[in-house]
Parts: sequence; structure tokens; C-alpha cells
Amino acid sequence: MTTTLTPVLSASWDADHSWSMSSYEATGGYKGLRKALTMQPGDLVTMVKDSGLRGRGGAGFPAGMKWSFLPAPDGGPRYLVVNADESEPGTCKDIPLIMANPQSLIEGMVITSFAIGCHHAFVYIRGEVLHATRRLQQAVAEAYDAGFLGKNILGSGFDLDITVHCGAGAYICGEETALLDSLEGLRGQPRLKPPFPAVAGLYARPTVVNNVETIASVPGIVRGGASWFSAMGTERSQGHGLFSLSGHVERPGQYEAPLGITLRELIDMAGGIRKGHELKFWTPGGSSTPIFTAEHLDVPLDYESVGKAGSMLGTRALQIFDETVSVVRAVTRWLEFYKHESCGKCTPCREGTYWLVEVLKRLENGQGRPGDLEVLSDVSDNILGKAFCPLGDGAVSPVQSGLKYFRDEFEAGMHTPVDVLFPPEKSSLFAYTPRPNAQLAGVH
Amino acid sequence: MTDQPVGRTAGQTHATAYDEATRDRLAADAAAIAARYPQQRSALLPLLHLVQAEDGYVSPRGITFAAETLGLTTAEVSAVATFYTQYKRHPNGTYTVGVCTTALCAIMGGDAIWEELVEHLGIGNDQTTDDGAITLERVECNAACDYAPVVMVNWEFFDNQTPDSAVALTDDLRAGKPVKPSRGANTVVTFKDMSRVLAGFSDGRADEGGDAGAATLAGLQVAHENGWTAAPYGDEGTK
Repeated sequence: MTTTLTPVLSASWDADHSWSMSSYEATGGYKGLRKALTMQPGDLVTMVKDSGLRGRGGAGFPAGMKWSFLPAPDGGPRYLVVNADESEPGTCKDIPLIMANPQSLIEGMVITSFAIGCHHAFVYIRGEVLHATRRLQQAVAEAYDAGFLGKNILGSGFDLDITVHCGAGAYICGEETALLDSLEGLRGQPRLKPPFPAVAGLYARPTVVNNVETIASVPGIVRGGASWFSAMGTERSQGHGLFSLSGHVERPGQYEAPLGITLRELIDMAGGIRKGHELKFWTPGGSSTPIFTAEHLDVPLDYESVGKAGSMLGTRALQIFDETVSVVRAVTRWLEFYKHESCGKCTPCREGTYWLVEVLKRLENGQGRPGDLEVLSDVSDNILGKAFCPLGDGAVSPVQSGLKYFRDEFEAGMHTPVDVLFPPEKSSLFAYTPRPNAQLAGVH
Repeated sequence: MTDQPVGRTAGQTHATAYDEATRDRLAADAAAIAARYPQQRSALLPLLHLVQAEDGYVSPRGITFAAETLGLTTAEVSAVATFYTQYKRHPNGTYTVGVCTTALCAIMGGDAIWEELVEHLGIGNDQTTDDGAITLERVECNAACDYAPVVMVNWEFFDNQTPDSAVALTDDLRAGKPVKPSRGANTVVTFKDMSRVLAGFSDGRADEGGDAGAATLAGLQVAHENGWTAAPYGDEGTK
């Protein structure tokens, strides 16, 4: 094994009351802020640029560059909005981070706000994570009490308020412009870009929108310096990242490693694939990233290598499925997700996801019709690149990659139900006897 | 003292307004919410959570209240309320039981748990048991895939569930016994109390529930066993 884990954000998660201010400060918390407040804001932006930190919410856009896109100050407000609407299937890193160490996010927000000249920052957290919300609310209150938020922070003259804002159940609000509309009290539908949020974001003012993990990584970069961060990872994908293993591995969970680690290494650390089984397919970065197979075990999990191999690093949400799992079943469930979450604003995504589900359910029931696979491909082609926002592109990833690697399973859907070829009780993590004619999904 | 809101069954009339005391109390809460934002309309989502905290769903009088508070039409408020799945258009049960049936949880056993609960409770998606205790929902990925299969009760995590554990959970809820999430507060609060937290009013329970779960710490444990750490920052020992 050549790569070792590098716990940075997760390093203190096993401390007693790790979410409390006292625990955070005992492990070096707010040292980054104290240092940042002695620096010039522009130098902080340069430092984050030099570190190579790229957005950890999926798109991988360089964070420092995003910050530098804000126009010159004009005396009006500028905003930082943290995207904590973690909803991409397979992605489960930001919510445990907020549960275990919300202060790392808040410290990152204060530093980032100082760097970009923001005095009111927001956390948009999905509404379906009650305890994470409690921890975040308390952490903000503790930070005010300790003088890390409010007026004249640590005597620097810098003021910052943070508002925690709960969503109400909509995957689309993870898309940054839909998130901003939602935060403005509207239906969460994406905006046409340009203008980008850097120019006209929240209330049409210059706005930085970053993911939780991205912002929580900032205090460490300030403490250790750009080169401390960029010493981890690969030449173009630098630093540490949370890799979330789920599914048919012995020890699923959060593994914080340098970018460029491989799934083979991670599965080994996680105790291997479920005993007696073998890897069949997996997602490198959530359901919106094309699936991989066992032949991709040694692809370095960095932006460039995963892209070259035909997928995307996404959110490093590694969903692992063994040989008992039907690709058609997984793809159908994912598409039901996209159909449910499509905001309806644009036709290709709204209608396309509906029809993909219709065809996939026929195949799942072994009632496919001649030409159905061609319809799947055709509908996918009419969504990809033609939808208003990346939700549509994400929706076709499982379909197209599923057909690419496992076309024979879709063809079998012409005559044989999925649960005959792949009995579901063999995939489940507990023993049970399936009901005859069980009502499968599809009530959305 | 409050008129109990009723559902939108055909032919029924609604309680169309809050009594004065309730209205004053809600207005004070609404003012506290609006004060968090530079522009008032941003208060709409938390205001709708507040309405649910009062009425157990987005009631017609709640829509009117939100519209009057923010200077919007009721149509504008309804347009927003109907976009988001957490806003309920008919009275919700005391507990929303959500079974994750997105691909990974479904395959790890979520589909089986769903089928078991549908049969056991005798209700389908977005339906409520006759005693008003449970509203059953299929939910989409809830960011806990490393604990699959997952069941949410009023948006608290119940990890690594089975059909048997889910049945026992719903039996306890219907019997009025307190239930404890895997990673959450010591007990699950009611739908109304939960909604108040989502509206931004702390219930003081953040410290409950103890430390992180096993999957959250899985990588850290491997790092400890192997003596792996990230490089030091270089500022250790300084203040």
C-alpha cells in the first residue's frame, strides 16, 4: 500500500464532545483565524489559490479563483453562502462533518468572509438533518459568545454575522443558483448563467457559493500554508478529501485521504468487499458520475485521472455494489430519484427523466419492448447538454454508463424480470424472504 | 384556545385565521426570523416551517399569515410551499417515518423495509395512520449512505435498519413510547417541535446524542491503528 490516510478535517471527530467550542479550541481551533486576521485579504485569496484547493462539492472549480472573480468592492454588500444541501446520492460527508465539528466550518467561513469582504454569511443546510442543524445552530451561538462572530472580531475591526438557513426538501437546491433563489424565498429553480453568482448572486450582489468541506479546509491552509496543503495529493488535484465508502464493503464510512488514492487502496482499508463477494460496479463521485467497474480499481481518484477514465471525481461518494446487484435495478432507482427531483423548469430534464423511468421500469419487470434500449440512448442524448442545469446531465450518467458496461443486463429486461436474475435478498444486508409480487418502487 | 386546523377534505371549511393571542405570538416569532435576513422575502422558508410548527402542516391560515407578514399574495406563498417536499399540504402525523429507497439504501435493504412497513402499517406513501401517529414516506438520499439502510423519523437518523427494527420502531411510536435515534437527540421530538427547530429556534438539545457513529470514524480508526497522520501544520505549540 503506497497511500496513507491523512485525517485533517476528521482528525478530531473522535474527541469527547468534538462539536463543542472547547473541544475545537483544544485541538488548535481558531488558530487559522487569528493568523488570517493579521494578513491582507488579497494575500489570503492568493494563498488559497496557491494551495490548489478545488471545490469539494462536486464540480471541482478552484476555490481561490472563484473568490478572485468577485468584482472590486463598490461599497455594497458581498456575500458568502455555504452549500450544506448535501443530497447527491452516495454523498454523506458534509452532514457528519457538521455533526462532529461544525466549528471548522464556521472558522473557515470567518476567514473566507474576511478574504472576500463579506459581512453577512449564510449556511444553507438541507431541512432533513435535524441534529446536524441543532449542532450548527449551537456552534454559531458559541462562536458569537467567544467573539469569533459579531462586531470587531478579536479586536480586528472586522464584523461578520452568520445566518443558518434550513431548506425544505429539494435536491435541486444543491445547484448554486437554485440555492440562491431558495435562499431568497423563491421556488428553488436554477438561474440562467451568466451572470455568475460572483457578479450577481444573492440579492443580485457579488456572492461566493462554496461547499461545506471546501470552506472547512480553509483554516488548515492558513495554518499550514499553501505548500502544506499542496504537498498532499497529485500535481493538479491537491490536498486532502473525504472519501465516503458505502454499500458492499466491510467497513463503510468516511476515509480522509490525499486526492489520488485508489479504490483498491480504500477498499483494502475498509476491510474488503463484503465477505464471499466481489466488486461489480461503483460510482466514483455520486450517482451523477458515470459508473465504473472492477477494471477501474487502480484509477487514481483525482479530477484528471477519473475524467480521463470516463467519469468524474464528483463528491468522492464511492457507492460499492457486488455481483449480486442488478445494474438495471440500481439505474432505475437512481432515475426515479432524478425524476422526483427534477425541478420542472426545463423540458429535456422534466420530460426526459419521466420517460427514462417509464422504460426502465418495463425492463426491470422483464417487459421491455423492442427498441427500448435505443429509446434510452436517444432520450439520454436529448437531455445531455440540453438541460438548463447539471441535474439533467447527472441523470443520464447512470443510464449511459450502465448501457456501456452492462448492456446485456438491459437486454435481458426484454424477457426476464430483474428479481429473477438478481434476487434482491442476496444483495440486502439482512436476511429476508421477498414478498411475491412485491410492489416495487414508483409511487413518486 | 386555538381552533384546531382541519384537512382539505372536500366540503370542509377551514379555520381561516389565528386567534389574537396566537397571532401575536407568531408575529413575534416571524419578526425574529425576518431579522436574520437583509431582505424580508428570505424569511419565507423558515416562516413556512414555523407554520408547520403551529399547525402540523402548511395550513390555509398559515399561508395567509406568511403572505400578510411578507407582503406577498397567498398565491406566491403557495407556489413556494408546493415546491418543497417537506411542506405538507394536509395535516401530518406526529412522526414522519421516512424509508430511504434511493438506489444504495434500496438495494442494501430499503426496499424490503418499505414493503414491510407498508404491510404492517396498512398505509402507502404520504399517508397517515388512523391514530395520527405516523405519516409514512419514501425518502430520497439523506446523506447517510455509510449507514445504509437508513430510516428517518422526523429527520433524525436511524441507521443500519432491518424490517424487524423498523416495525419495532413504528410500534413504539404508535404506543407513545420515546424512541432514540442512532445519531441524534436522546428522544425523537414531534413533527411540530422539529419544525420549530427548522424555523431557526433552538431547542437546546444539540449536546444530546453523544459522539460520532462508527462509520463516521471508520477512516480515523484505520489511521490511528496504522499511526497515519497528516503532516503537522508547523504552528503547534504557538498560541
